[in-house]
Order: sequence, then structure tokens, then C-alpha cells
Amino acid sequence: MEWINAVIQGLLLGGLFALFATGLSLAFGVMRFVNLAHGDLAILGAFLAVSTTATLDVHPFVSLFVVVPIMTALGYTLQRFVFNRTVGEDPLPSILVTFGLGVVLQNLLLERYSADSRGLDAGALETSSLTINDDIAVGWFPVVILVTALVVLIGMHLFLRRTRLGRAFRATSDNPATARLMGIDDRNIYAVVMAIAFATVAVAGVFLGIRQTFGPSDGPAQLIFGFEAVVIGGLGSLWGTLLGGLILGVAQTVGNQIDADYDLLSGPLYGHLIFLAVLAFRPTGLLGSRSRS
Amino acid sequence: MSDVMQGAAGDYRISRSTPESTVGLIGAAVVVAVLATLPWWDSDGSLQTPLVVVLYYLALAQMWNLLAGFAGLVSVGQQMFVGIGIYTMLQVAEVIGLDPFLTVLVAGVVAAVLSLPVAAFAFRLKGGYFAIGTWVVAEVLRLLVTESGTHLRGGDVRSLTRDSLGGYSLEMRTDLTYCLALALAVGATAIVVFALRSRLGLALRAVRDNEAGARGLGVNVTRTKLIVWVVAAFWTGCTGAVILLNTNSATAGSAFSVLRWTALVIFIAVIGGVGSTTGAIIGVLVFWFLDEQLEDAENWRFIILGAIAAVMALVAPRGIYGLLQRWRPLQFFPVRRRLVRSGSADEAA
Repeated sequence: MEWINAVIQGLLLGGLFALFATGLSLAFGVMRFVNLAHGDLAILGAFLAVSTTATLDVHPFVSLFVVVPIMTALGYTLQRFVFNRTVGEDPLPSILVTFGLGVVLQNLLLERYSADSRGLDAGALETSSLTINDDIAVGWFPVVILVTALVVLIGMHLFLRRTRLGRAFRATSDNPATARLMGIDDRNIYAVVMAIAFATVAVAGVFLGIRQTFGPSDGPAQLIFGFEAVVIGGLGSLWGTLLGGLILGVAQTVGNQIDADYDLLSGPLYGHLIFLAVLAFRPTGLLGSRSRS
Repeated sequence: MSDVMQGAAGDYRISRSTPESTVGLIGAAVVVAVLATLPWWDSDGSLQTPLVVVLYYLALAQMWNLLAGFAGLVSVGQQMFVGIGIYTMLQVAEVIGLDPFLTVLVAGVVAAVLSLPVAAFAFRLKGGYFAIGTWVVAEVLRLLVTESGTHLRGGDVRSLTRDSLGGYSLEMRTDLTYCLALALAVGATAIVVFALRSRLGLALRAVRDNEAGARGLGVNVTRTKLIVWVVAAFWTGCTGAVILLNTNSATAGSAFSVLRWTALVIFIAVIGGVGSTTGAIIGVLVFWFLDEQLEDAENWRFIILGAIAAVMALVAPRGIYGLLQRWRPLQFFPVRRRLVRSGSADEAA
């Protein structure tokens, strides 16, 4: 029974990973852009929520109304004026710029907020759970995270398939030069993509902050989890990203259960091993079909 | 060295040396000679102590530069090879009892051997995903070492103890470590120069400029990249072992630190100039200068160097060296092939 519990908790944790990975997946899908500061931006979002809740004395959920617009604007501005200069055949400039940004951000957070672990207090929601039987209790907050991830991904799917702007996204993804000929401003599309990516990663960061304690150096780990979710699911596939997040979550919680029972290796390592196994046996990911070049 | 080519317009020959490269090589030889005798005249160690760090960072930067600047392998996981070097040193010198200075070579071999399975995974990813992929592997190794329990004791602070260093006095050990760091830095620079002058270097640059085109001309792209990957792993592993000789103690966290062994190295290479041998030297001098100003403010070191590197990547992708080139195109290392007409003024040079 404890194993069934581990799987259920893993699926819920996977919701958070999927939320982290959505922005990475979208940016890669539309413009082949890899943002190495993605994890540090999530942590930035969480710290912005710390400051907001402290200053305005509001619930972390309310702080989202401050944090998400700030991060969205930051994403749009950064892409429009900085990242767009690095989009092109050579991946080196974008890697260097985003990696540098991540390291700078991480150390600025360290200067501003110190290395102490922080947490966001969401009150009763954090502890309340739905008891299914003696061994299985499902926390309401993890359910909220998973539902949010599903809503974001379904919303993204509908947006890409049903709206004019979504069509422009897909056109730019397929061929930016031709999209330009059709009157699409690809530079603007890229900026909107990054704005969405920053918005989702801000939500993920705030949720992470409510779920567990965090510190300024936790960004890279979040980047790695998000990246693993994207690769496990398959590059360029949003549903793959959801699946990848869920698999990663289950791998970690089941891993923790193995560790508790047999004292071998901790949870995150099992997630990494699943990722490496997918890379070895199915490098295109579970739902990916296009080539990775 | 030079191949003679019969052309309609006369005799042409391919040359790689330039007047300034001759000056550069003589200058480099003088600097290395001065640095090599440093333990004899810098008696209080006021230069030697910071120079050890500068020299091993130069070795790391040249290797990263070889990977990213010439082979297109932008690795953010080089800390794995530093960590492997450090833990090989701890295990072999401390547990088995081999001479610590000989163990430096063993550390390189272990890193090179382990780099092969890493390549099997990481080479499946391209560009930015290769970067994060190497990072994941380094993270996995860090976790494995941390959780290896009594085997590697990665969670504890481990040091080289008196026993393993028994044969050496403290002074001799400090000087030997310095000499090894110098050898690693000079060797790393020489490896890049010779690699670029060779057939491999021509293949590397062809791959960098156009991978499909190079493949079409018969370059075995994967093999070329793999050679560079293994060489860089070997040299980075040796450097890791020397880093432990200098710092003396380590944990899994410090041995596999992405900030110290990869981020700083990338910033050095980028500020100096990616894709040039001189660039890494310029970058490490900037790093040294800044470090002297900042003293122990480690956060600000990352913030300032990271910010300069990010801005450089945007406005001057070839770094300080590239800016100097724009001003005056000097070639201090004889690596670029030029066509020279026999009997012309260049011939004399």
C-alpha cells in the first residue's frame, strides 16, 4: 500500500515538474532556445513572492497577482532586447548569455536574501488533505499544483491550435523566414513566448516555495528537473512534457520509498537514472518523433 | 610545416607563422622560464600562492575553450572531471598509497576512461541540451559520491593526510604543486596550439563552421569530437588532482561545484575570447586582476564576472581578443593557415 501511495504522491509532484518544464518546452519548441537561467528564474519568482507576502501581508496565492505580471514583463523585455540578439544557427551565444544570467541572478539573490532557507506560508491549505484510507492521504495543495499544470497545458494546447496568435507561433516554429514573409513579426512572437515561459515558471516557483523550503542556490536543480521532464517526454511535445514530469515525479517518490526501505540512493537520483535510461534507449523521448537537431 | 603548391601565378606555400607569432613564441618561452624559476626567487610566496590558482584556471579555460570554441561541445559539466580527479587523488594517494604527484596522471586516465560512457549519453543531445545534459551527468556523479556512504565518504570533508605526503616537506610539496600547475597551464595551451595545427584542427574548424559540409568532405564528425572530449577530460582530471594538492581538502559539493569549476572557467574563456588560445590567457589575467580587487567576496566575483561574460557574449562574441583583433589583427600563436607567395616579403618572416 505504501508503494501505491508513493506513486500517487509522485504523480502529484510530477505536476510541479511539468509546470517547471512548460516554459522550457515552449521556448525550445517555437525558437529552439534553451534558457539555462530557467531554474534561477523560478527561484526569483519564489523570492519575489516572499517579499510581496511580507510587504503587503497577503496570502502567497494573492502574491501571484504581483509576481506573475512582473515576471511576464521581464520575460518579454529580456527576449525582445537581449535574447533575440542570440537567436540563430549557433547555440553558443544563447547558452552563454542565459548561463551568465543564471549565475548572476543566483548570487544576487544570495546577497539580497542570504543563504538561509525560506518558505512561503499558505496556512491551512499546506497541511489539509483528503484521507483515502489509513495509508493514503492526498494533500489538497499538491492536487492544486497538478490541476494548475493541467489547466496551463490544456490552455496552451488550445491557444496554439485555436487562436490566430497560436497559429503564428506554430508557423514561426516551422519556418521563421516564411512566417516573416506572411507578415508575422517573429521577434515579437519570440518575446511573447518568453513572456509566457516566465509567467509559468513564476507560478511554478511560488508553488515550489509553498510546497517546500528553498534557497538562492536551488535554481540549477529545478532547471535540471524541468529539462529532464522535457527530454523524457520528447522535445517539442507539450503532452510529452506533462508525461515526462509525471514520470519524473513518480521516479523520485518511488525512489524515496526504495531508499526508506533499503537505504540505497535518494529520490532525485532515481529520477536522473530514468532520464539517462530514456536518453540511452529512446533519445527522441517517449512522445517525440521529430529529429533533435 | 609548409606545403609547396605549384600555381599558374607562381609558387605558393602555406604558412602558419607570422612575425608576431615568432615574437609571441619567444615571449611565451621567456615568461614560462621566468615562471618556472619563481620558487627560487619568490621566497615569501606572495606571487606563487595566487599564481597556482591562476595557472590551473588557465588549464581549465584552455580545455573548455577547446571543447566549446573549436569542437562545438558547449559543456556545463566539466566539474565532473575536476571532481573525478579530486576523488581519484583521495582514493589512490590516500587509500592505496601511490605517490601523490604520480597520482595526477592516474587521475587524468580515470577521467578520460569515464568520459567515454558520459559521451555515449551526452552526445545524443545538441547545443543547449548538450550543455544541460553534461550538467545532469555531473550532478548524478556528485550525488553518487555524496551517497556512496563509507566508500568515498563524499558527505564528509576529506583531506590528504600526512601519511600520503610523508615523503615531502611542506615547502617541497608547495613548490611541486606550483610546478605541476604551471605544466598543466603550458601543456593545455600547447595541446590546443598543436591540435589546431594538425589535421584534427582543420577537421574541427570545418565541423564548427558547417557540420554537414564537413561530413560531406569526409570528416568523421563524431570521432573528431570524441577525441577532443577525451583529451579535455584527461587534462581536466589531472587539473582536478592538482587542485586537491593545492587546497588539500574537499567534499563532494566542492569537488563537483558547477560554479567554481565550470561557471568561472566559462566566464574566463568568454571574456578573453572563445575560440582563441590567446583569449583564455587574457581572460585568466582579467580574472586574476578582479580577484585581487575583490579579495574574499566570492558572490561578487560570480556576479561581476558573470555579468561581464554575458554582456561580452552579446556585444563582443570573440571577447577581448576579438576586440584587439579588430584594432590590429595580430596572431600570437602560429595556428592559422595563410597562403604566402614564395619570394615575397612574407617569405623572409
